Amino acid sequence: MTLHLAVALDGAGWHPAAWRAEGARPDRLFTLAYWADLVAEAERGLLDFVTFEDALGLQSTRLNEPDERLDQVRGRLDAVLIASGVAPLTSRIGLVPTTGTTHTEPFHVAIGIASLDHISGGRAGWRPQVSGRPDHAAHFGRRVLPPLDFSDRADPAFTRHVAGLLGEAADAVEVVRRLWDSWEDDAEIRDVATGRFVDREKLHYIDFQGDWFSVKGPSITPRPPQGQPLVTSLAHDRQPYEFAARASDVVYVTPRDREDASAVVEQVREAEAATGRAGPPLKVFADLVVFLETGGAADRKARLDDLDGGEFVSDAHVFTGTPEALAGLLLSWREAGLDGFRLRPGELPRDLVAITRGLVPELRAAGAFRTAYDTGDLRGRLGLPRPANRYATAS
Amino acid sequence: MTKQIHLAAHFPGVNSTTVWSDPASGSQIDFESFRHLARTAERGRFDFFFLAEGLRLREAKGRIHDLDVVGRPESLTVLAALAAVTTHLGLAATVNSTFNEPYEVARRLASLDHLSGGRAAWNVVTSFDAFTGENFRRGGFLDESDRYSRAKEFLETARELWDSWAPDAVAADPEAGRFLRPGGVTAFRHQGRHFDISGLFNVPRGPQGHPVIIQAGDSDEGREFAASSADVIFSRHSRLEEGRAFYRDVKRRLAAYGRRPEDLKILPAVTYVLGDTEAEAAERAAEIRRAQVGPQQAIYFLEAVWGRDLSAYDPDGPLPDVEPDLDEGVSRGHAAFRRDRGELVAKWRALAEEKNLSIRELAIEVSAPQTFIGTPRTVADEIDHFVQTDAADGFIFVPHLTPGGLDELVDKVVPLLQEKGVFRAEYTGPTLRDHLGLAHRDPALSEPAAPVPAPRTKENR
Repeated sequence: MTLHLAVALDGAGWHPAAWRAEGARPDRLFTLAYWADLVAEAERGLLDFVTFEDALGLQSTRLNEPDERLDQVRGRLDAVLIASGVAPLTSRIGLVPTTGTTHTEPFHVAIGIASLDHISGGRAGWRPQVSGRPDHAAHFGRRVLPPLDFSDRADPAFTRHVAGLLGEAADAVEVVRRLWDSWEDDAEIRDVATGRFVDREKLHYIDFQGDWFSVKGPSITPRPPQGQPLVTSLAHDRQPYEFAARASDVVYVTPRDREDASAVVEQVREAEAATGRAGPPLKVFADLVVFLETGGAADRKARLDDLDGGEFVSDAHVFTGTPEALAGLLLSWREAGLDGFRLRPGELPRDLVAITRGLVPELRAAGAFRTAYDTGDLRGRLGLPRPANRYATAS
Repeated sequence: MTKQIHLAAHFPGVNSTTVWSDPASGSQIDFESFRHLARTAERGRFDFFFLAEGLRLREAKGRIHDLDVVGRPESLTVLAALAAVTTHLGLAATVNSTFNEPYEVARRLASLDHLSGGRAAWNVVTSFDAFTGENFRRGGFLDESDRYSRAKEFLETARELWDSWAPDAVAADPEAGRFLRPGGVTAFRHQGRHFDISGLFNVPRGPQGHPVIIQAGDSDEGREFAASSADVIFSRHSRLEEGRAFYRDVKRRLAAYGRRPEDLKILPAVTYVLGDTEAEAAERAAEIRRAQVGPQQAIYFLEAVWGRDLSAYDPDGPLPDVEPDLDEGVSRGHAAFRRDRGELVAKWRALAEEKNLSIRELAIEVSAPQTFIGTPRTVADEIDHFVQTDAADGFIFVPHLTPGGLDELVDKVVPLLQEKGVFRAEYTGPTLRDHLGLAHRDPALSEPAAPVPAPRTKENR
């Protein structure tokens, strides 16, 4: 069975000095052509999907406030719009933008991702993300968030704060999912005899009421081609695992090594049991930052570290080595019960090209990666069925 | 001097102009429909392509209105995709200032401006209805009297955000190790009645500086807002005399804001029907009107004015004998009739009496008539006449068919306008501001954007 492979795109790559590397295109970061070229390369490698990072504030090395650095990439375009701009220029690869759940209206997200799914012919996904940053909250002026302090994760105040953000995010996902279902697939009837464009019995109020907001519905956008676009989330801990178990189809996790991967998968399965997850189990993807090269990947990363003035660290495991070695690592970690990997290229386009032209052939040689795209949509590629509409009544 | 005409295309969407029952009517949601219309508009060298918005499905009598097209995609998402399949066409999104926040709207519009290479436009609309608010976190929080003050402050705030990045803020100089130029990004702080926000904006200034601002309000307040802040007015005054009066009124308001008449383009929304002869065009126009106003639509049209369920009446029979219920608003989620409905009913009765009209015939007669009907030659002449005699600077065409509704206009009328020398044969610049003859909003060229210069914070030293 094929291993699933996604790539996470962000700026000039995940290393903060990547924009200074040879072959980088820092002056093109804010153009459609830049993103279209990257996604076309990922599609040439037959990857499952690409993700686009986003946030409602400027990048910062600090947790709760902006920093003063001028030597790293700052600024980014809206991820949904990048994904949508790329959609007509690609044909098979999945497109998974990030949006926030803390400040952004769920209604806008629902129609944006549904529209992306219509435009791309069933290739849309979504990565909901909470924002606990007080500086981002000040961009909206509607609520004041306390600074996040990760130094004591056992502190009840921290746990409560995170639980609140994730609870709100779970409600946002629930609203979005209900809105996607608020139109039955055959709601549009164009019945000339009765003059009716839609059968309004097949349009549904979602009547969501939660602790944070209420949303009436129905959506203004017809049901997306996939029914439910792919929902994905990143998780490092029990609370976000449970959020994923409630809300997501795919969870990105960050194991340190093979052994940790087993432990993490086990925790994900426990979270599924604890939340009473119904439907298909979470697809578990491990995130890795990768610097790939036949000889010299570690040196290259070290040079970037020097440029940036400090060692690059990440929440995910940082791999430096040859495509062949990475293929071996992925196949070994996969034994822990992982469904796939989301690779974060250290440098763009260099490490992306190393994935598509180096890693992919290695995996293929091991019989572990597809040789052609199937004909299905993004959900189908991941082995997920098209969900029945929760509002449809059996006739 | 001969004025140059500006042309825009409106996607035939959720409105009573769009005919969905025609066999040639295609999907209202497939991207192919949007691509075809946008590419046709670009082939015709149009200034821009326009998408409307409605954030709640319309209802009548407490049920979802099902007689017109229902459903549409999110505007900015579609326009970003159209940016990939067009090269010069302006891309205009209607975005509500009531159910959005400035930081998000400003960054999405700036993003579209980058992705399209300077082709973004924003039609700023406001709504105050609790009905639409039920789809949003804040609900229906806004009072009607505050809607323009919110829209105005929203736009001012968005401009402050766009101006917080200098045009050359991104140095992207690997040699010097400098991604941002020192001082290129300044912190914003806006404290006003509707917004109290501060921080750092996260999208570099777009190629146009600010996207083109479109405004559609018609009240005195709306006209004043447009005169102070908009680049384009989407006007509903599509007849010659009322068009001229509107044009004069709005253009004279500009001086008070230090603006020239050419800084604000007035583009009425119009429809068109062509034929090889005048008679053939008139016949087609009548057919289209009958398709737009079917029996059910005619009853619905009257119900909105009567405030009553009229479903028992025969659309091909005389007007209802029952008096209107003036206390009851029937229709929600779209523009309400503001005129005195009692007076309107009396007027319609007199008209129906005089011309012996059925319910449906009356609805056809009094609801949104077509604007330009004729041969390509007479339509081209009429368009030009409107513009040269200051009833408009150009038009926003609202076709009645998806996706082929612009084809004839572009194939038959546009070449005649080009022949006359009143419409561009080729684009002369890459941006929408270029097409409209508007200055780019560069700091050196624009008025001081904010009353108080944004303070530079230590983060940006």
